[in-house]
Amino acid sequence: MNLMDTINSMLPSVLTADGLAGIADEAAGVVFLVICAITLIGGIIACNSERLVRAVAGLAVCFVGVAAIYFFLNSPFVAMMQILIYVGAVCITIAFAIMLAAPEDNKKHGPAGPLSGPLGLITAGLVTFGMIGLGLKTEFIAIPKINMGSVKLIGVQLLTTYSMVFELVSIVLLIAIIGSLVIARHGRSK
Amino acid sequence: MSMLNLHNSLTTYLVLAAILFGMGIYGLITRRTLVGMLIASELILVASSINIMAFNRFTAPDPVIGQIFTLFIMAIAAAEAAIGLSITVAVYRNYKTVDTEEIVDLKG
Repeated sequence: MNLMDTINSMLPSVLTADGLAGIADEAAGVVFLVICAITLIGGIIACNSERLVRAVAGLAVCFVGVAAIYFFLNSPFVAMMQILIYVGAVCITIAFAIMLAAPEDNKKHGPAGPLSGPLGLITAGLVTFGMIGLGLKTEFIAIPKINMGSVKLIGVQLLTTYSMVFELVSIVLLIAIIGSLVIARHGRSK
Repeated sequence: MSMLNLHNSLTTYLVLAAILFGMGIYGLITRRTLVGMLIASELILVASSINIMAFNRFTAPDPVIGQIFTLFIMAIAAAEAAIGLSITVAVYRNYKTVDTEEIVDLKG
C-alpha cells in the first residue's frame, strides 16, 4: 500500500480526494456566482453613475471581475493580461483624461430631452434580450479539443502562425502612441 | 442544472456577456460626455471578449486561437482608448467642454 492510499484510508470521507473534489466544485460555483455579481455591479456603476470618477472606479471593478471570469474559462494568461492592460492601463488613462478635461456629466438631460434615458434603456434591453434569446435557443456543437491551450502553446503560435498579426499589432500600437501624442500636443504652444 | 454548476455551461457566459453588452449600449446612448461614451464602449469590447473566450473554451477545437484573438482585442482597445482620450483632451482645449451636445461646429 503506497503512501497516498494510507493517507486516504486514515482521513474521514469528506477529506478524501473525491470528497475534496466535490467540495472544490461547490466552492468554485459559489465563487463564480460572487464574481458574476461583482462584474454586473461594476458594469451598472460604470454605465449609470452620475460622476465619471465613480464610473471609472466601477469600470475597474468590472474588469477585475471579467479577469476572474477568464480564469474560470481556463485562461490564466489572458486573465493576467486583462488586469495588466485594462485595469492597469486603460482605467488609469481614462482617469487622467477625466482630470485633464474635467467633464461634468451631472446635467440630467439637455437638448436630447428627458426621453433619452428610457429610450436608451429600451434599446439596450431589446439588444440584451435578443442576444440572450439567441444564446439560449441555439444548440452549440462542441468539437473535441486538440490541445489544452497552455501559455507555452500561446507563445509558440504567436511567434509562428500568427507572427504577421503580432508584428502588425505592434505597428498599430506604435502609430497609436505617436498619433495620440500629435493630436494632444496640437495647439499646446499657443 | 444547479446554481453551483453554472460555471460549466456556455450559456451562462453568453448571458453575462449579453448583459454587459446591453449596459455598454445603454451608457453609449445616455452618456452626454465623450469620456462617458468611451467608458461605455470599453464595456462593449469586454463583452465581446467574454463571448469569444466562452466559445473558445466550450466549442472550439484549438483553445489557443481564441486567447490570441482576445489578446489582440485588448491591444486594439488600448490603442483606441489612448487615441480617444487624446482627441478628448484636444476637443476640451478648443471648446472648453466635452459635452456632446455642444460640440457642433464643423470648421476645418
